[in-house]
Amino acid sequence: MKRHMIGLVSGVVFGFGLALSGMMNPARVRGFLDIFGHWDPTLAFVMGGAMLIMALAWAFQRRTIKPACAEEYHLPGTKRIDARLLIGAGLFGAGWGLGGLCPGPAIASLGTQFVPAAIFCASMLVGMLLFRAWDSRMS
Amino acid sequence: MIPGFPYAQPIEGFLGGLLIGLAAAIMLLGIGRIAGISGLLARASGMSDSGPKQSIALMFIIGLVIGGGLFSLTLGPIEVRYPPNLWWLVPAGLVVGIGTRLGSGCTSGHGVCGMSRLSRRSIIATLTFMVAGFATVALVNLSGGGW
Repeated sequence: MKRHMIGLVSGVVFGFGLALSGMMNPARVRGFLDIFGHWDPTLAFVMGGAMLIMALAWAFQRRTIKPACAEEYHLPGTKRIDARLLIGAGLFGAGWGLGGLCPGPAIASLGTQFVPAAIFCASMLVGMLLFRAWDSRMS
Repeated sequence: MIPGFPYAQPIEGFLGGLLIGLAAAIMLLGIGRIAGISGLLARASGMSDSGPKQSIALMFIIGLVIGGGLFSLTLGPIEVRYPPNLWWLVPAGLVVGIGTRLGSGCTSGHGVCGMSRLSRRSIIATLTFMVAGFATVALVNLSGGGW
């Protein structure tokens, strides 16, 4: 129950932060990616603020054995730089540039801009399903 | 605010970024998990076996919607401008869905959590999706579809 509350609170703070930062506006995100046009540096300040807090959190994490409300840390162990990583990130970036949306702002907009957010989120879920179907055939 | 960039909102951006970092820190130090939104969405929707318990991932996703709505109700409205043709969001969403699963993360997991951990894999992923984003916007502009 406590862990569910942590998930919920983290989600609420994340969504509120996204809205405050301006990142729920696709035109602003697109503006950051428009480096040859009317560049909008706001996203860099968002990343700076978020990474500042997370760098402190990682420094604290390294000094602890386990998280406050779970038995252990579950952290990505793989260090592999492979075709999956590069092609996946490339595809993600193309979609990000096309729509001005990444998963966080798209989901957080479901309550405020239902129609466009739902079109994007439904398509994103279909994409994830397609990946799963392909991935299970590969293995 | 910043000379030469009349539309930039550096203060709101930075403050919002601090909250995003705080949210990711709560997940990490609270339950030992990465606040990677594409991964949590796949987990919450039953499409992935890795990550926190499905119900916890679902709570995070619900919280995300509540957080956006809460801002809109209190400090809002949230300024938005979408692509002129909303059907663009279909191919955009599709490749974001495929790409984030194939590349194991998006702006939150690789960008915020991975880069601050100095993960080489996340730094390379973030540079890759940023360059792909720059190229896509430039191509759309060149083809006359800029918005």
